[in-house]
Amino acid sequence: MSDHTTPNKTFWTTANIITAVILVIGLILTVKRFTMGLGSVTNLSDDNPWGIWIGFDLLCGVALAAGGYTTSAAVYLFGMKKYHSAVRPAITTAFLGYSFVVFALLYDLGRYYRLPYPLTIFPGPTSFLFEVGLCVALYLTVLAIEFSPALWETLRWKKLRFWAHSLTLVLTIFGVVLSTLHQSSLGGLYLIAPSKLHPLWYSPYLAMFFFISSIPAGLSMVIFEGRLSHKYLHHKMDQTHIDEAPGVALGFSKAAAVVLFAYFTLKWIGVALDNNWHHLATGWGAWFLVEMFGFVLLPCLMYAVAAREKNLNMAFYASVVAVLGIILNRLNISLVAFNWQLPAEARYLPSWEEIMITVFIVTLEITVLRICLNKLPILHEHPEFKGAH
Amino acid sequence: MKRRKFIGMLAGAGACLAASSASAGGTHHFTGYPESFGVLFDSTKCIGCRKCEAACNKVNELPAPSVPFDDLTVMDKRRRTHHDTYTVVNKYQIGDKPVYRKQQCNHCLEPACASACFVGAFVKDKTGAVSHDESKCVGCRYCMIACPFEVPAYEYHDPITPRVRKCTMCQPRIEEGKLPGCVEECPKGALIFARREDLLNIARERIRKHPGIYVNHIYGEREMGGTSWMYISGVRFEQIGMREDLGITPAPQFTSGALSVVPAIVGLWPVLLTGAYALTKRREKIAEEEQHHAVAEAVAQAQEEAAKKAKAAMDKAERDKQAAIDREVKKALKEAEEARLKAEAPAEPGEQ
Repeated sequence: MSDHTTPNKTFWTTANIITAVILVIGLILTVKRFTMGLGSVTNLSDDNPWGIWIGFDLLCGVALAAGGYTTSAAVYLFGMKKYHSAVRPAITTAFLGYSFVVFALLYDLGRYYRLPYPLTIFPGPTSFLFEVGLCVALYLTVLAIEFSPALWETLRWKKLRFWAHSLTLVLTIFGVVLSTLHQSSLGGLYLIAPSKLHPLWYSPYLAMFFFISSIPAGLSMVIFEGRLSHKYLHHKMDQTHIDEAPGVALGFSKAAAVVLFAYFTLKWIGVALDNNWHHLATGWGAWFLVEMFGFVLLPCLMYAVAAREKNLNMAFYASVVAVLGIILNRLNISLVAFNWQLPAEARYLPSWEEIMITVFIVTLEITVLRICLNKLPILHEHPEFKGAH
Repeated sequence: MKRRKFIGMLAGAGACLAASSASAGGTHHFTGYPESFGVLFDSTKCIGCRKCEAACNKVNELPAPSVPFDDLTVMDKRRRTHHDTYTVVNKYQIGDKPVYRKQQCNHCLEPACASACFVGAFVKDKTGAVSHDESKCVGCRYCMIACPFEVPAYEYHDPITPRVRKCTMCQPRIEEGKLPGCVEECPKGALIFARREDLLNIARERIRKHPGIYVNHIYGEREMGGTSWMYISGVRFEQIGMREDLGITPAPQFTSGALSVVPAIVGLWPVLLTGAYALTKRREKIAEEEQHHAVAEAVAQAQEEAAKKAKAAMDKAERDKQAAIDREVKKALKEAEEARLKAEAPAEPGEQ
């Protein structure tokens, strides 16, 4: 692939200037966080030990990186070969997503340098957080190997590339097992605190809800990012990607519509099971209904229409609403409906520095993703490895 | 080899998780260490003097507070435990009289913090104390999420070695045969330190003897599966900031059910997914075979038809050839006949 940048085109485009400003502010706040402590940059308190770094960076980051396991399972396990060109971008996004989840975690952990403790010398297997840690660590390894062929191809290290490629099936199965476990255990984290999470969001099925909703989250991100790369990185795509993209978007829309509907139904079963209907008449109930109808049922119907009428624009809008819905759900559980009984003055709102560090990490991730998509054979096949899948 | 090793690792992880949740099944029921100690707080006796707070600060060598302990105005606001304050006494205005309530770690029989900790830094000791080992702590603060009594606090100001801090029930002092700092200092006997079993009897006895003074509820006898620190009061506990909606289920049981699904997923998913893969492969193979078959059939049919056509053409050619020969023969015979007749005709008159 030839680079389309012309020599007189400056590096300092508006997007790059904004990126640079965010990165500089982020670096300054990073120094502050690691020299003056969590309290110097966050609004965390003894009542609210987890803020947006867990609620957004961890919970949403992991859910939205679910495209990796859903896409590779569809292609390699369920034989949907027509989506093959979507695998590499999805694996790349997932790999970067998880890497930055772990990176973000280092900001939140008080003693970040002890991160390997639970997996090595002091395992605490009664904790859902232990399961999260173990599965994320293993899955990050799986994703690294799944992602690596793009790197080996660029470096022309054929042996490593074929070795990594020969593991595809096993890695895909492991990927699904590990994703099932840690996607669900992120929901499982909140099972231990029924007295703190509002009953409409607390359910013994939290773990299952998190797993099920991660599927449309992953599918939606593939559709969403597919559309954006189509718009901004068209010149990096080969004909196969360009030809297959509409099929991927519509096929995934159909799948997302089905799973979102299943999720919508299961959530109501959760409400019915604990007989929480009376909460619907409260303010919390109204907020719950906004989430359920505006951000679960609405994208579900939009996806259905998109798939039925082969409407690519509709698929894209549906993916935006669905992604926002997942973010809303995770934030509701971790922040909004958590500690709902505390008096207003004891509730948590993120500080601007916390938000800025999150923006910094997301920007960093997008920057690395842009570099990968531009430099590595992800949206196109490497000429020397054509059809070698 | 590598795959097998990886599978082994994963199976090990699954077994590890399974082992922890296995105890949730069956009829096993943990009621606490039999000889363990506890403290009973009697809110009808507490006068809100904050001497317990001062004693706690002293025996735990905590930093001096910004407001001295003899200043009682701090009790006008809702306070909770902090990294430098393991216990606080809050004041609640019930009718025209104040009611005081001391807060500190309740030292649960089956602690939520210990269940939640992913490095196992919390231990329920046989003395009854729930202690925290800061040498293991990673600083995830999940214990603070898990604790239903909102007790553990964190050193958010420390960039390198922040610690989770909470009441230790003065475990080191107990082991030396001393009383916990707060109990020792209480001038009104609002705090009693004894074996938990004895405390329950004392509490029941007081409630039985003075039904007009106490509400009939020993807080901590059953809350969250029971705690080592218990309370009796003259007013409903929710009136003095204690939640009565926590239930009696020990915290570990909220997660054990969902955790027990883990080994099932680790065991079943690979089998089902490999099955799905095999089915896909088989479907592809059958489709391929069918295609092959159809192609072969079509070719054979075409060949047969072509042969038929060729044969028909051959036959026709043969027939045409025969007809031509016949025609030629007929023609030749006719010509011969004509020639003969011609030859005979002029000869006749000549002979006569």
